[in-house]
Amino acid sequence: MSGTIGFTLNGRPVTVSARADDALLAVLRGTLGLMATRFGCGAEACGACMVLVDGVPTNSCTLEIARLAGRDVVTAEGLGTADAPHPVQAALLDEQAGQCGYCLSGIQIAAAALLARNPDPARAEVAEALAGNFCRCGAHNRIIRAVQRAGRMMRGATP
Amino acid sequence: MNAPVLPASLRDNPRPAQWIGFEAEGRVRLATGKVELGQGILTALVQIAAEELRVPPARFRTVSGETDAAPEEGFTAGSQSVEASGGAIRQVAAEVRARVLAAAALRLNCAPSALEVADGRIVQDGAPTALDYWTLADAVDLERPAEGTAALTPPEAFRYIGAALPRVDLPGKVFGGGFIHDRVPDRLLHARALHRPWPGAVLGALDEATLSRVAGGPVGLVRLGDFAAVTAETEALAGRAHEAAEARAAWSGGSPRAPVPSEPLALVGAEATERLLDIPGRATAAPAVARIAARYLRPYLAHGSIAPSVALALWEDGRLTVETHSQGVGNLRIALAQALGIGTEAIIVRHRPGAGCYGHNGADDVALDAALVARARPGRWVRAQFTRAQELSVVPFGSAMVVDLAAELDAAGRPVSWAMEVFSGTHGQRPGHNGRMNLLAAEALAGAEPTPPAPDVPDAAGFGGLRNAVALYDLPPQRIMHHLVARPRLRTSSMRGLGTHGNVFALESFIDELALRAGEDPLAYRLSLLSDPRARRVLEAVAEMSGWAGRPAGGDGVGWGIAFSRYKNRAAYLAAVVELVAEETIALRRVWCAVDAGLVINPDGAANQIEGGVIQAASWTVKEEVRVDADGSLPASWEAYPILTFPEVPEVFVRFVGSAGDPSLGLGEAAVGPTAAAIGNAVAHALGVRVREMPLTRERVAAALLG
Ligand code: FES
Ligand code: FES
Repeated sequence: MSGTIGFTLNGRPVTVSARADDALLAVLRGTLGLMATRFGCGAEACGACMVLVDGVPTNSCTLEIARLAGRDVVTAEGLGTADAPHPVQAALLDEQAGQCGYCLSGIQIAAAALLARNPDPARAEVAEALAGNFCRCGAHNRIIRAVQRAGRMMRGATP
Repeated sequence: MNAPVLPASLRDNPRPAQWIGFEAEGRVRLATGKVELGQGILTALVQIAAEELRVPPARFRTVSGETDAAPEEGFTAGSQSVEASGGAIRQVAAEVRARVLAAAALRLNCAPSALEVADGRIVQDGAPTALDYWTLADAVDLERPAEGTAALTPPEAFRYIGAALPRVDLPGKVFGGGFIHDRVPDRLLHARALHRPWPGAVLGALDEATLSRVAGGPVGLVRLGDFAAVTAETEALAGRAHEAAEARAAWSGGSPRAPVPSEPLALVGAEATERLLDIPGRATAAPAVARIAARYLRPYLAHGSIAPSVALALWEDGRLTVETHSQGVGNLRIALAQALGIGTEAIIVRHRPGAGCYGHNGADDVALDAALVARARPGRWVRAQFTRAQELSVVPFGSAMVVDLAAELDAAGRPVSWAMEVFSGTHGQRPGHNGRMNLLAAEALAGAEPTPPAPDVPDAAGFGGLRNAVALYDLPPQRIMHHLVARPRLRTSSMRGLGTHGNVFALESFIDELALRAGEDPLAYRLSLLSDPRARRVLEAVAEMSGWAGRPAGGDGVGWGIAFSRYKNRAAYLAAVVELVAEETIALRRVWCAVDAGLVINPDGAANQIEGGVIQAASWTVKEEVRVDADGSLPASWEAYPILTFPEVPEVFVRFVGSAGDPSLGLGEAAVGPTAAAIGNAVAHALGVRVREMPLTRERVAAALLG
């Protein structure tokens, strides 16, 4: 059942050996040591494990690695770093949008995908784009403001 | 002259070195027994220490919740951390500064009053000297107990306290890593436990060979009585092995649960300890012309943290080291020692950040799982993790509650008698409470005694089931009967606010009902019964913020509700106004909160806490309910226990109206009760009928409309 699978991860080609039915999340965290993508429910319900697959926000907790051959995967690490943050990451910090922060990686992914197609979303549009991301701490309003702020940064407007 | 009174945490941990140290590269170690739960406590405590030491926050390194390296301060709970740890740190930091200045004065041969500290450097009459905290560290005895005599910085001189300092821990969480979940020591062994699906259940045979075959790799099994855990070299394999074990586990015996029509109502009439609380009140001569009574229900609620509970443990040479996201490392240590039959001195427990924690969740239970497996596999770090199903079924719940209220009214609609009855399971079964272990696996070990019914949280700690049962209004004597149900159908313990959610929902709904009956504005009616100026101020402020006077007439689906409480009757005051639309379902639109928390250390962090409390309580109030399914099972997934999602959250506006001259009051749980009640009152305003049973679901609203 094991084999090697090649795909693009955060802009670089990678090859991993894994069971075909291993979840992408397990490979990211267990094999590749990338910890930003988080386990929340393991059942595609909470969005903590979200990554971009060919630009589409996708829960990685049940996504079989075999289905990723040749595809393009971006994790929160691939969006930006502390030194070169993605506008969503910078805006989350600007707005102090988070309490425990556990939900924030998946939210960054969903927000980045939203802003890529609509850099000027209304509150309801942001909320709709984040409907699959749970936050138990109640940081929602700050997160929505941060996503809108990131949009302004991307549009070159004053944040 | 009396000796100065030290803050309690400082009395328990009197040596300044327990709190503060000067380290290499100009860093300051700040140690606290309180732990970061996502509430921003470490940031607030750094602000306090920075203020009194005159060192900018960036120089601090925090150590928190480590039994071998931080002061013991009990649980991080009940909105007390700023008061307790913050109070101690403020005093001890001021004293450290004073001692260093005294040592510097000796060296410089001047009076200490000629010296001050700026960014950790000693300044003499405004000019820099060669001395600083770090060069003087050896000259100052930080082991000598604190005396509590150092003068504190007055509020008008604050630089860091009261500033909206960004959270010190947030960047790490935005850019990945930083959680206990992310710790991967060398040769880590992954474990997943099986836990009893109902009390007293007996576990049948399991075998390693079958599990290994089904999971597709070598799987180990640790079996101790009715506790079992699978182990594997990778997390993926451990997960598959656990699924296989769950599917094959044959449970029998014990007391399986059957569904009941209403979980809260099952508390009424159940075996209980009863206690009457008589609260004195104003005398009244007015005759009673009417009596009104109402019953309010709250369901069992789940913590529902976004992350599963996780712990790591290493057993080596009879000594145990545990990493945990528990709220009380010292108490967990004692409970682990009891469960494992070893001395506490053989155990080190260290806190590591987990996802949001809102009370006694699975952190402690999973720590025992990890420890039991570690003892069976000595010399290796073991990592145990709960499944989402376990998070929603085997960890303690917030208790269901029934609250009955009755009042006799005079001709003006004001109460002339007041009676309340509260039925609830315990809100306090944390590890170490009343000398008990209260750890899930401990009860399943061979030879374990069944745990006797638990008492509730003591009155001095702010009550459990009776938290906020005493109304702050100017009422006649309040007769409050507490029925502490001995064996609630689900395992219950401390969850955000304890009884305050059920009690304030009931009290503030009832007050609203009295106001409507009297034909008065709910705000005006409340103010007519409220003499505490701080209580009046938050109500008046929230009315002003929200534009209460211009609210719609109600009755057409758009509703506004107001509610007030002072958390624990001694922490922060909070009044809330809720605007919602009640049609098919309840759509929450906006929530305004006015808060008096005295001196607010970090206004942005405090607002974040209030906002979060509003949204979590809103979720509880309109959506959440733990139910026993037809097959006797508890929720196993988010589908079975939905919470508020992004499109459903209201906008939240928070304003602090207290004075910096008043002591800091805990505020983390302050929004929970008023939010629930303001939602209930807004639904009543929107529809003209009242729903007294939480959650306020579409079915219940429809049923209320049908009468
Ligand atoms: S962990 Fe994947 S959706 Fe929850
Ligand atoms: S900040 Fe804790 S879950 Fe979102």
